[in-house]
This record gives sequence, structure tokens and C-alpha cells, in this order.
Amino acid sequence: MNIVENFDLYAPRLINKKELLSAGHRACSGCAEVLAVRLMCKALGENTVIASATGCMEIVSSMFPTTAWEVPWVHVAFENAAAVASGIEAGLKALRKKGRIDDRYVKVVGMAGDGGTMDIGFQALSGAMERGHDMIYVCFDNEAYMNTGIQRSSGTPMGASTTTAPAGKVSSGQKTWKKNMPEILVAHNIPYVATACPSYPLDFIRKIEKAKSIKGPSYIHCFSACPTGWRCPSHQAISMGRLAVETGVFPLFEVEHGHYHLSPDMPKKLKPIKDYFKGQGRFRHLTPVEIDMIQEKVTTEFKKLTEKAKFLKTGTE
Amino acid sequence: MGKRLGMEVAVAVAEAVGLCNIDMAAVYPITPQSHIAEHLSDLVADGKIDAEFVTVESEHSAMSAVIGASGTGARSYTATSSQGLMLMHELLPIASAMRLPITMAIANRAVSGPLNILNDHSDIMPQRDAGWIAVFAENGQEAIDLSIQAFKIAEHKDVMLPVCVNIDGFQLTHMVEPLEMPTQEEVNQFLPPFVPHATLHPAKPVTMGAFAMSDYFTEIMKAKDEAVKNSKKVILDVWNEWGKLFGRSYKPVETYKADDADILMLTMGSMGETAQMAVDELRDRGVKAGLVKLRLWRPFPFPEIKAAVKNAKKLIVTDRAVSFGGPGGPVFSEIKSALFADTRRPAIYNYIIGLGGRDVAVNEFAGMFEKVLADTGNVAADTYEFWGVRE
Repeated sequence: MNIVENFDLYAPRLINKKELLSAGHRACSGCAEVLAVRLMCKALGENTVIASATGCMEIVSSMFPTTAWEVPWVHVAFENAAAVASGIEAGLKALRKKGRIDDRYVKVVGMAGDGGTMDIGFQALSGAMERGHDMIYVCFDNEAYMNTGIQRSSGTPMGASTTTAPAGKVSSGQKTWKKNMPEILVAHNIPYVATACPSYPLDFIRKIEKAKSIKGPSYIHCFSACPTGWRCPSHQAISMGRLAVETGVFPLFEVEHGHYHLSPDMPKKLKPIKDYFKGQGRFRHLTPVEIDMIQEKVTTEFKKLTEKAKFLKTGTE
Repeated sequence: MGKRLGMEVAVAVAEAVGLCNIDMAAVYPITPQSHIAEHLSDLVADGKIDAEFVTVESEHSAMSAVIGASGTGARSYTATSSQGLMLMHELLPIASAMRLPITMAIANRAVSGPLNILNDHSDIMPQRDAGWIAVFAENGQEAIDLSIQAFKIAEHKDVMLPVCVNIDGFQLTHMVEPLEMPTQEEVNQFLPPFVPHATLHPAKPVTMGAFAMSDYFTEIMKAKDEAVKNSKKVILDVWNEWGKLFGRSYKPVETYKADDADILMLTMGSMGETAQMAVDELRDRGVKAGLVKLRLWRPFPFPEIKAAVKNAKKLIVTDRAVSFGGPGGPVFSEIKSALFADTRRPAIYNYIIGLGGRDVAVNEFAGMFEKVLADTGNVAADTYEFWGVRE
């Protein structure tokens, strides 16, 4: 069992010491996504079954005959993590009811990247959420198909250069706005939707724990910096996540039964997005005019979110 | 022994599955499978089956969900047809590689395009190499029996593979036949509880569906091939046991008046009974005709096929699917390949028949016999022909 350096000093009561995603996996150095998965496992604890989509997290953790998983884990295909998770939930429910397994409560979790969630796995996720399975679905969003070599997805932000939407003489990279996945999940009227980022580990853990406590479907959209695909130094993954939040590019919020809350880590005043863009090779080609255009959209979207948080808050606030 | 009742076959299949103490079913509507799903949902709604019934948003998710459920150790069932099976296609080899004993009914239907909802075998044929055990029902009683047997075969510790029961869409699924439904006690006696090898549960964490590169992939494929081949012993044992308990015996290859036949017809699925009537007609006219019915498609029953055709001079293989630009229909290719090394093999003729629900009547089977009887019987002339096609 690995112990985080100085772990006992800084958060002994807040973070589960047990590693359920063990060391020895094959993720790139500086991968924020694998850190997020590790934190998720700590928050979930042992009584968990995870269904993973094909993707970076699947191939780095399950190279036969080895495994990094200390919790029950299954991978079937790319587009069906949510459907596999719904089957696991149904199977465990039936077996528990018939007394064929012990009666402990087991949380079922589906996980996939942005492509596996927002593109190819979209239908399976929508179906699972609509059916109301008791499960958490976590999208680990690194904003492109990183596992196959940095191709654009519907999670790739406007202007980012990828291998299938590259910046060129007549192109400025991604030509579309990032799909607003958390809002689509809010529209499913599920009990809990949240955004999170491993740069804010305690906030992320709290949100996973909240999702775990809910009987029914919940969705967590986890923003996970990918130094390899974003072309930034591997030691900057955490600061990139923080900048995404501080600039409002990826705001942290929760929606509980339709009530919006901005997360405590959200700053009152946002930094300009150029602070976030400048450290990343994928945005290097953008002109000041293009950055201004994206800034305007980020500002507008954040305003919409704060308005929702104002008008759609709970009665107790 | 249960009573003989007039029932629609799809409803009877659902009733039979209901007797098997399933834990979970995931289904998506598609014609002509839907009556199975509808009746299963009735049984769950009336509390007659204690199972989780998951109405998924696609067949892809139906197969995904039964894979997940089977991974937990739940006895899991689904049913589909045609486009639904094509949508599941990606997941079928994964289910078998994961050694999950899922059972599935396939109400066989033509694959688009053009869209056609009626019966042929073009949906199951592309699934040939998925690593599933595949059996074909000839009539409603077989559909019931094979559906119950499927669980026992799939879950046997020496098998641990998914099984699909092919039931011709409409021709069988929507037919009302006098059927003998086993009693709950009889099924309980026949079918033991499912004891999974490993399950997705925190009591003993396992990793399923791991990633394997060139250093292990070939070994895993070989292991799956061995598993499918070895399943035949269990299939035969289960069929023998069924025969003893219920008086209806099952064999990988059934024959009818084949022992002394000069000319044989081979069918798979519901057309066997019609072809059988043509054999009787020819026999009445003094022609030594016979019939071979292939029930077990995977694992392929090589010795049984060889034995069934060894005395014949001519063999007509009927196919309900096309291999476009290929060597002939898929069943024909397999039979030809199986008999290739036999120096005394019959001349093999291939007719593509009954596509997209086109009826093939007794006189047409008789016509195929007559046409082939008139041929000189040159072995090298093996070829295929669309029967009854308008040119």
C-alpha cells in the first residue's frame, strides 16, 4: 500500500489512505486523469464495482495479466460503460434480493472519457440515467481522444488544435463549442450532477461521497488535464486544472434536484482566459481576436451559470 | 409431464425462460422478437418471475447490460432479431471471450437492406465466428426445449460460454402450435442453480475484460476455440439427459429416411418439416430421397455430418442467407469444407431459398430434388443458385 508523502500531516481524516487503484499502472507522467481516478476510488471505498469504457484509463490499468484495480472492475467496450453498469446494478440487486450474495450495499460506477461519454457513449449514458439506475457515472474529460492520439471530440474546446481538427493555414483548430454535458445531464432530471477537477481534491472527494450517498443516478463531470495532448509540461497538470477553474473555462458547480450551487472553490472574480491558454501548445496558434471571441463566450456562459445559481438555489440559502 | 396446450411459440419461449429462475433480462423491441420480450415483461409484472427486467434504449445496451449482469453471477437473458443482432455484433465475441454464460433467443429475420421484417438466416450468419454456441429450432416444441437446455449448457463449468437459440421469425415465433410445457418441478430438477466462476463483487475483487496485446491474445483465442469445441460433449450430455427426462431426444444432426438415400437435402431451422413432406412424396414415387437437418451450428458437428451423408451420391444444401460474391451460401461452405477430404463425398448442390420471408412450399423442395436428380452429378460442378428467383 502506498502512502502519499506527508499524508499524515495534511489530511488524515479527509482522505481514505487505502489505495484502490494501485501503483504500477502505465499512465503518462503528469496525467491528471489517473490522479482523479485514484481519488475517486479513495472516496468510493471498497464496496464498489466499476465498469470502465475503453480509453486511456482502461489500457493503462488492465494490461493482462496484470491489473491496478483493487476493487471489482470490468471493461467491455467503448460506448457502453453506462449500459454495462446498469446491468451490474440490476444483477447485484436481483442477487441481493434472492440472498445469493451478502446484503452489503455496493455502489456501481460507470466511467469513461469525454469521447466515451459525450460522443460514442452518449446514448447508453442517456438511457441509463433515464432508467434511474442506482449508479454514479463519472466522465473524465481531457477534451479529446487522447488514447488514440489526440483526435477531436465534442468535448474539445473551441480553438484547440487536435490531430483531426488541426490548426493550419486556413484553420484555427476546433471549430465548434464544447458540448455542455453537465447541462444535458441536468435535463435528465437526475438527483445529482456536479463538475469537479482533481486540482481540487477535497472538493472532488466530497462530490463523489455525495453521489455515493444518493440512491439513484448521479453524474460527475471531472475535468482532467492531459499534458501529452494539451502540449504543456507534465508538472503543470494541476495548475492547468486550477487555471481552467479560475478563468471560468471549467466552473465547479453542483446541481442537486435541479438546484444550482457554485462550489466554494470558485473565485468571485475570474482570471482572463489567456492566462490559461498561454501555457498550452494546443492554443498557441490563436490570434488575440480569436481569444477575445472565446473570452466573450466563457464570460457569457459563466454569467448564465451564476444566474442559475441565484435563481435556482434551494430555499434554505 | 406438462400438458399439451395451444400456444404462440414466442409466448411459450418466454414461459419456458420464466421457468428457468432467471435473475435478469434486458430487452429492446424488434419484430419478430417482441412477443418474447412482451410476455417476459408480463411474467415479471405479475410477479411470476423474480427478476430485474431492464428495458434498455438499444440492443447494444441490451447485450452490454446482460454482460454486466452475468458478470455479477446473475442468470441473464435477452432476445433479439436482425438489425438488433447486427447492433449487438460488436459485443458478442466479448461476451464469449469473457466466458459469460448468457443465453439469447434470436427470432431470425432478414437483415436490411432493403428493410424486411420476415424470416431468413442473414442475421445469425454474420455472428458465426463470435464464439457463441448456436442451435436452431425446427418447431415450437424445440424452441421451448432448446431455450431451457441453453441455460444448463451455457452455465456448465466445462462450458461457460454464451448460447443463442435460433427460432425462425414469424414462421415459428408467431405460430400457434400444440406445445408441451415442462412443469416448474421438472425444470427445477433439470436445471441446477448457476454457480459462477468469478463475480463482480467486493467480497472478492476481480478484474474482467482486461487489455491483452500480442503476448497473450493468441493464447486467449486458442482457449476460446478449445472451449467452443469442448462444449460439444456437454451439449450431448444435456440432450441425452433431456431425452431421458422428457422423452424428446436431441442430436446435433437429425436425419429422415437418410440411411439408404441416394439424394439428400440439408435444411436448418423451420423449413425441415416442409422438406420432409417433399421427401415423402419422392419416396412414394420410388426415389430414394432423404433429409438431413442441422441443429447444432456451433460447435460444428463434423463426424455427425460425415456419417449422415456417407451413403448419398448427391447432397442439396439449402441456405437462407447469401455470401455475396463468395463460394456459396454459408451453410454450403461449411458442409463442403467439412466433406472436402472425403474421397467418396456426394456431389454438393446449393440452393439459396426463402430469403426475406419468401415461402418455400413442398412442391418447390420436390422441384429442387428433381432438378438435381436430372444433373449428371459431377463433383467438380459444385455451385450455388438462387431458387425461385425472378430474372
